[in-house]
Amino acid sequence: MTTIKRPTSPHLQIYKWGAHMALSILHRASGVALGGGTLLLAWWLIALASGPDEYALFQACMRSIVGKIVLMGFTLALMLHLCNGIRHLFWDMGKGLDVETTARTNIMVFLGTALLTAIAWVIGYGLV
Amino acid sequence: MSFNTPISKVRGLGSARNGTHHWWMQKIAAVALVPLTVWFVASVVQMTKADYFTVISWLSSPIPAILMLIYIVIAIYHLRLGLQAIVEDYIHSEGMKVGLQFSILFGCTIIAVASIFSVLKIAL
Repeated sequence: MTTIKRPTSPHLQIYKWGAHMALSILHRASGVALGGGTLLLAWWLIALASGPDEYALFQACMRSIVGKIVLMGFTLALMLHLCNGIRHLFWDMGKGLDVETTARTNIMVFLGTALLTAIAWVIGYGLV
Repeated sequence: MSFNTPISKVRGLGSARNGTHHWWMQKIAAVALVPLTVWFVASVVQMTKADYFTVISWLSSPIPAILMLIYIVIAIYHLRLGLQAIVEDYIHSEGMKVGLQFSILFGCTIIAVASIFSVLKIAL
């Protein structure tokens, strides 16, 4: 097979950063973060299966400042991945791929993430 | 001597070597995860202040236990496919690629088995 020296396409650093690029990589980053969230889910279930003492330890960890920060990160990652994931499903059907719609749905994803996270925390802890 | 053109040799094969199957499975899992995630979050936010016995009695009832098991299986399957794609995209050394793929599969399997066992122990 012969390789032809073709002109290469400009790479990432050539383009101006925008919300669409941030959301693209944040989708992957939040996906990886949710892998950590899965560990948290497993810990919760294992603690429940182990008995009241182990569950008390889990609750104490989650009620600490560090625990709250981790849970807030988990909630944000989950909501972002959910909202942007729904947009990805529409893109897969060929819908909303043009620049104007993408610019509009960027904002919808950010607002949806903030709103759903706020709702979850108001119900869960009575605070934002 | 093969008369195949170079394009016909690679058609249907991405870096994962199995065409679109991986992508399609990822999408099916994603569709299922939309309602499951809404259910999961709506449920756990009510458990933040609940004591041990309240949470146990909730997870012992059939519907929450069944939904939790389905959520664990599909979410971890989706996680495994996603992490696999990230390694395929960004890791170019063959040894590192294989090592990470093994770790991802083993790690996801362990988390899934531990979570499923725990739910069954609570619910049964």
